[in-house]
Amino acid sequence: MQWETVIGLEIHAQLATQSKIFSGASTAFGAEPNTQACSVDLGLPGVLPVLNKGAVKMAVKFAHAIGAELSQRSIFARKNYFYPDLPKGYQISQYELPIVGEGQVDISLENGDSKTIGVTRAHLEEDAGKSLHEDFHGMTGIDLNRAGTPLLEIVSEPDMRSAKEAVAYARKIHQIVQYLGICDGNMQEGSFRCDANVSVRLKGEEKFGTRAELKNINSFRFLERAINFEVERQIDVIESGGEVVQETRLYDADKDETRSMRTKEEANDYRYFPDPDLLPVEFDQPFIDAVIADMPELPGDRCDRFEQEYGLKRADAEAVTASRAVADYFEEAAKIAGDGKLTANWVTVEVAGALNKDGLDIAESPVNAEMLGGMLVRIVDNTISGKIAKQVFEAMWQGEGDADAIIEKRGLKQITDTGAIEKVVDEVLAANPDQVANYRSAEEKKRGKMLGFFVGQVMKASQGKANPKQVNELLVKKLAE
Amino acid sequence: MQEKSISELAAGLRAGEFSSAELTRFYLDRISQHDEKLNSYITVTEEAALAAAESADARLKSGDADLLTGIPVANKDIFCTNGVKSSCGSRMLDNFIAPYDAGVISRLKGAGAVLLGKTNMDEFAMGSSNETSYYGPVRNPWDTELVPGGSSGGSAAAVAAGLCVAATGTDTGGSIRQPAALCGITGLKPTYGRVSRFGMIAFASSLDQGGPMTRSAEDAAIMLQSMAGFDERDSTSAQEAVPNYLADIDADLKGLKIGLPKEYFDEGLSPEVAASIQEAIDFYRQQGAEIIDISLPNSALSVPVYYVVAPAECSSNLARFDGVRFGHRCDDPKDLEDLYKRSRGEGFGAEVKRRILIGTYALSAGYYDAYYLKAQQIRHLISDDFAKAFEQVDVIMGPTAPTTAFGLGEKADDPVSMYLSDIYTIAVNLAGLPGMSVPVRPADGKPVGLQIIGNYFQEAKLLNVAHRLQQETEWHKARPATFA
Repeated sequence: MQWETVIGLEIHAQLATQSKIFSGASTAFGAEPNTQACSVDLGLPGVLPVLNKGAVKMAVKFAHAIGAELSQRSIFARKNYFYPDLPKGYQISQYELPIVGEGQVDISLENGDSKTIGVTRAHLEEDAGKSLHEDFHGMTGIDLNRAGTPLLEIVSEPDMRSAKEAVAYARKIHQIVQYLGICDGNMQEGSFRCDANVSVRLKGEEKFGTRAELKNINSFRFLERAINFEVERQIDVIESGGEVVQETRLYDADKDETRSMRTKEEANDYRYFPDPDLLPVEFDQPFIDAVIADMPELPGDRCDRFEQEYGLKRADAEAVTASRAVADYFEEAAKIAGDGKLTANWVTVEVAGALNKDGLDIAESPVNAEMLGGMLVRIVDNTISGKIAKQVFEAMWQGEGDADAIIEKRGLKQITDTGAIEKVVDEVLAANPDQVANYRSAEEKKRGKMLGFFVGQVMKASQGKANPKQVNELLVKKLAE
Repeated sequence: MQEKSISELAAGLRAGEFSSAELTRFYLDRISQHDEKLNSYITVTEEAALAAAESADARLKSGDADLLTGIPVANKDIFCTNGVKSSCGSRMLDNFIAPYDAGVISRLKGAGAVLLGKTNMDEFAMGSSNETSYYGPVRNPWDTELVPGGSSGGSAAAVAAGLCVAATGTDTGGSIRQPAALCGITGLKPTYGRVSRFGMIAFASSLDQGGPMTRSAEDAAIMLQSMAGFDERDSTSAQEAVPNYLADIDADLKGLKIGLPKEYFDEGLSPEVAASIQEAIDFYRQQGAEIIDISLPNSALSVPVYYVVAPAECSSNLARFDGVRFGHRCDDPKDLEDLYKRSRGEGFGAEVKRRILIGTYALSAGYYDAYYLKAQQIRHLISDDFAKAFEQVDVIMGPTAPTTAFGLGEKADDPVSMYLSDIYTIAVNLAGLPGMSVPVRPADGKPVGLQIIGNYFQEAKLLNVAHRLQQETEWHKARPATFA
């Protein structure tokens, strides 16, 4: 039997506001438990929520970025349930009238095609606190620092047909919120969380299968794994004559499996109703226009521009625009270097490799964009070769200063004096008479490879400083004599 | 002394006839002398009051004083008061010392008022007789076998018995006006949003509104002047500018159009109350007002609508009392469910539980449309009735309550009969309008309240209409003999 997977994602993006969505307490991560929870976050008697306009602006930006309709009037509702880390006994969320309506994003598939994924809605809500089960000797500790942190819950249509598509979509949303500067995107710290609704059906079937909601997924890799595990599980259940039940399942990364958390029957009746403490969120066109005017360039637009302005190949343009930080880095370096292709190559290969090796983020790179650009200029103006540049880069990475200083200090300046190069070439040719003879008697098409030997020898003798282009030209000329 | 109005006291303080410290001592003594019979206070903050009185005296000397500076007032225990137990009449919050001042409290403190303490109330403001308080019932100063009304019964009794100059109350379905009527004092429920709800422990957020309870309309104007105004901590508080409530308080009433809704004079109204109300209306007629018969056709639906909307909101508002962070927590909970069940089971009284259950039911999947949504739709119809009426008239008048004060325990086991004592006041909350109760001729020695309802933000008009009556009649000056 041929099975088809159907996936929809609910993404919770923590909005990067300074203070909470309904109080003035700080949202900074990692503070001592319960030091960033004010009376509103604690749900003390008589306190009232006041909406943080910054969160609204961020939702407006997101709506614009995914071409979604903005509700000029949206309503906050109370989602009622008891839990110790939910101080008020209800979560303020949006239910019937969310702030962001239908929109869409395009994802690139592995075969190079692109696919449009629908976004059903996105709404503002507050995060809950955290229950800490360890270190309390059978008791549970409550940390309310996170309570009241603004979230944008982004709900997709069930448009994805594989775990890979789901990951591509999640990455796309991740890229958008980071570009907009509305979410730091840190999945480990829980700033960006994905829940996946997964079901399977026979290929050609129109009706959706019964879905399971997967929670507790904190990386893109786990998202892919959790979905794949769940798809296998559901197919096994059906093929062995069982039925999939609607339930919430937790993904366990250590065991790489999902397990049941609660079934539909055990689900809460949330008793949603409009929150009488908050007025409907209403805004007019001038407000929206002002927010949009303040928006940064979006990844798709930037990718297109890089292709044209810097003459990048599509794949390279996509690679350097994968995150806003990398794109900013690239652009600053490229402007100094005056060569987009060269810069893209260095950013995606050398810089990315070095960062990866040291487990650093682009923002933490020891070689900043200005330093990289300063070095690339020296390749472009023939001061150093690409090969020497790798040495310079390594030295910059180790904190030895900028490119010019390193070139000067280490005497890495390229030899472009034809006389000097010619001298080395002559020495190499004289020292290798057999190879010279072989070259001269070889067929034309085999000579290219053989030339490499001489180039290598010359570069070695000049400690890599001879201009490779000149070396090549001289060798070809001299060997033809 | 306890007969003096706020303006008279303010004049006396400025003339040096007495100090705020003396005035405060006088009221504290009256409380310790009389409150045993009434149970109108839950907490008396003697030390803080005397300290505040000293500061007030200094401020009065400096010349930078408000009319309320140095005036001893009491606050319903629903208003959180920094460093003071703020119980809301419930065992649940018997151990709750608020770490902040409610908006109303900070404004009164800012004006230099001396806060005597916190008054008794129905638990979480749910009741019309003050019998649901964890701290025991409040008694009516006119006859201690009678209820004072509720839920602001402690404030009403304290003002009527002269145990404070003025008090604050809150009104969700009549909780300022009905006890004001039953205790023979003046009570004003402002327009929804006029007075900040910040720090006022929520019962039904879309209906709750704080207001003054005083011995006269003039005192109410002075109190409201301090209490009213926008508060950025309450999103539902109104940006509308606060007028000077004393400016036109004595304006002539010639040509005033008074609407009498026929639904407020139906068979549920006791004949003695009806007679007193009629006499007051005759007074206005003589003052040159035009009396117009009107109809508020959806009035009869207000009680059922209220008993869906208010419990629904309360079921959610009271969810935070879970024994986890503050308030009552049961002994030795064996697990989370046990913690919730016993903490809430022990912390809440029967009426509160009844309303939480009703509200939870009304919001449940499958019932929401039939109850909550339907109630909200009818709420609009009720507002529309008033909107139409105010196209025709300036104010609406009728009785505040259908009867005079009833006996303690008389309706305690009959919730529906208890709910009906708010039948004339509830619609005003549903529409968010301002409403007032002023004492008229007592019936059989028991106070009767005339209700005056105005259009949105027309508090000044209500105060003017009430003040004119009090300038020409002595009804509001009647005091229960026991507390003279």
